[in-house]
Amino acid sequence: MTRALHELGVAEGLSLLEAGQLSSRDWVDALLARPDRYGAFLLRDADGARAAAAAADARRAAGEHAPLLGVPLAHKDIFVTAAHPTTAGSRILEGYRSPFDATVVARLTQAGVVSLGKLNCDEFAMGSANENSAYGKVHNPWDPSRVPGGSSGGSAAAVAARLLPAATGTDTGGSIRQPASFTGITGIKPTYGRCSRYGMIAFASSLDQAGPMARSAEDCAHLLSAMAGFDERDATSLQQPVPDWLGDMRAQHGSQPLKGLRIGLPDEFFPAQLDADVNAAVRAGLAQLEKLGAELVEVQLPRTELAIPVYYLIAPAEASSNLSRFDGVRYGRRCENPKDLLDLYQRTRTEGFGPEVQRRILIGAYVLSHGYYDAYYLQAQKLRRMIADDFQAAFKGCDLIAGPVAPSVAWKLGAQDDDPVKAYLADIFTLPGSLAGLPGMSVPVGRGAGGMPVGLQLIGNYFMEGRLLHTAHALQQATDWHRASPAAAQGV
Amino acid sequence: MALNLDDVARLAKLARLAPSPEQQATLLTQLNGFFEHVEAMRAVDTRGVQPLYTPLSAVQEVSLRLREDAVTESDQRAANQACAPAVEDGLFLVPKVIE
Repeated sequence: MTRALHELGVAEGLSLLEAGQLSSRDWVDALLARPDRYGAFLLRDADGARAAAAAADARRAAGEHAPLLGVPLAHKDIFVTAAHPTTAGSRILEGYRSPFDATVVARLTQAGVVSLGKLNCDEFAMGSANENSAYGKVHNPWDPSRVPGGSSGGSAAAVAARLLPAATGTDTGGSIRQPASFTGITGIKPTYGRCSRYGMIAFASSLDQAGPMARSAEDCAHLLSAMAGFDERDATSLQQPVPDWLGDMRAQHGSQPLKGLRIGLPDEFFPAQLDADVNAAVRAGLAQLEKLGAELVEVQLPRTELAIPVYYLIAPAEASSNLSRFDGVRYGRRCENPKDLLDLYQRTRTEGFGPEVQRRILIGAYVLSHGYYDAYYLQAQKLRRMIADDFQAAFKGCDLIAGPVAPSVAWKLGAQDDDPVKAYLADIFTLPGSLAGLPGMSVPVGRGAGGMPVGLQLIGNYFMEGRLLHTAHALQQATDWHRASPAAAQGV
Repeated sequence: MALNLDDVARLAKLARLAPSPEQQATLLTQLNGFFEHVEAMRAVDTRGVQPLYTPLSAVQEVSLRLREDAVTESDQRAANQACAPAVEDGLFLVPKVIE
């Protein structure tokens, strides 16, 4: 074998495991030998991972087959796990250990994965830079002075830095797609309801969705196949069969695998404020898709800008309600010597939540309060319908929608500290699809300013994950963008 | 319509948060900055539009799924209380509420 083990992706590693040319134990050891210089991991359980890898090797030697048997990964710390503590990046859950596994975690374990631990994220997944974790910022492996994106910043940095072949993430307003774009990896947020939310610590329940982050569309398909499916424990879980994404993906061939595919480009996704380097990389990606047979057509998403206020009212409203469960009584931290019940609640929450979380709770409390509900929350939900309808109108003229994931490459750490609203504005291209509950993907398409990666966003209609994966896979069969690795990762 | 410091104090109490006076002042500036961005949204005519509370209902009928009224969970009280800050005899402890 000529390639270093830490460079292996999921599909490559699996075929070596299946051929008996690689042990899970060696793969895991190679990954554990690499120092985490980016603050990606909150907990790296070397002993647990080695034991699980040895067990996977023994199962394989005994003739057992599981789709991901022996594949190393780690979980965003928003998924509860019985084996490891779960913090959601918050001080309020310091030391918390769940009595059960999230469904997504349980399904991946069932499929045979070996968990290396828990990955850093913005507190309760609220953030676009992974600067809001109570346990330290995550750095971008391409340039440690820059953010990795968020909220799944630890997942993105670990996969980009070759500390892991893949990781789980969650996406409420772009938290898989934007960090994937900022770190040059591939990530997919499936249709709302495709992956169970059971055991995924709730931020905004009508938006939260789990998905995989890896280095290729094929690797994402491997993970998503194990993660997706109906779960009776999640009231909004889709009662839809999970398609054979991998089989469909492998069935494509010829020099024009995208022949007949109409890709819609919304004008609103290419505004004047879009950075020129991002625009150039995205256009290069689109030109490549054209070469593969796709046809580019114009579409309109006229309420793209409105998605920002709509999202930033709905998500905090849901968060203020969801986060009321952190009261210092049933789990998590409690303040010292509370003088009465109100003092217990208030001090526990004020000491336990970081500033961004407290801001969003207050926004949510305001827009849901008497006298303001209709003007803010209800108005936002009506606009959410209009945004979703705009997508349905656009999909009459195309099969997929494409554009940038974010208006810029990853920014410098601390660059948006002065004004939280500035970071909200940068979510403009991921929020519309989130509000509509549509599947979306980020696929690397080159580099922009400072050599930083740029992602192409693909948005499909409901349940069309297969079309996204197929398109991304065709692009990755024809190009090498997804193979680029940060220089920083090549040192060790 | 801008918020004032009394609004921030009222919201903080509703949300069971207790920011310091300095934090309240910072929050006031940030919240007013935020709500300025929201104004554009309020001007849109949405008369007759049905709110979209859950995304799939944009394209299909979504009804609340009900399960059989049967016991499916076993007693997990000890496991569920293992991470509680204070428990005694299977009960959660809080400061005295009634004198």
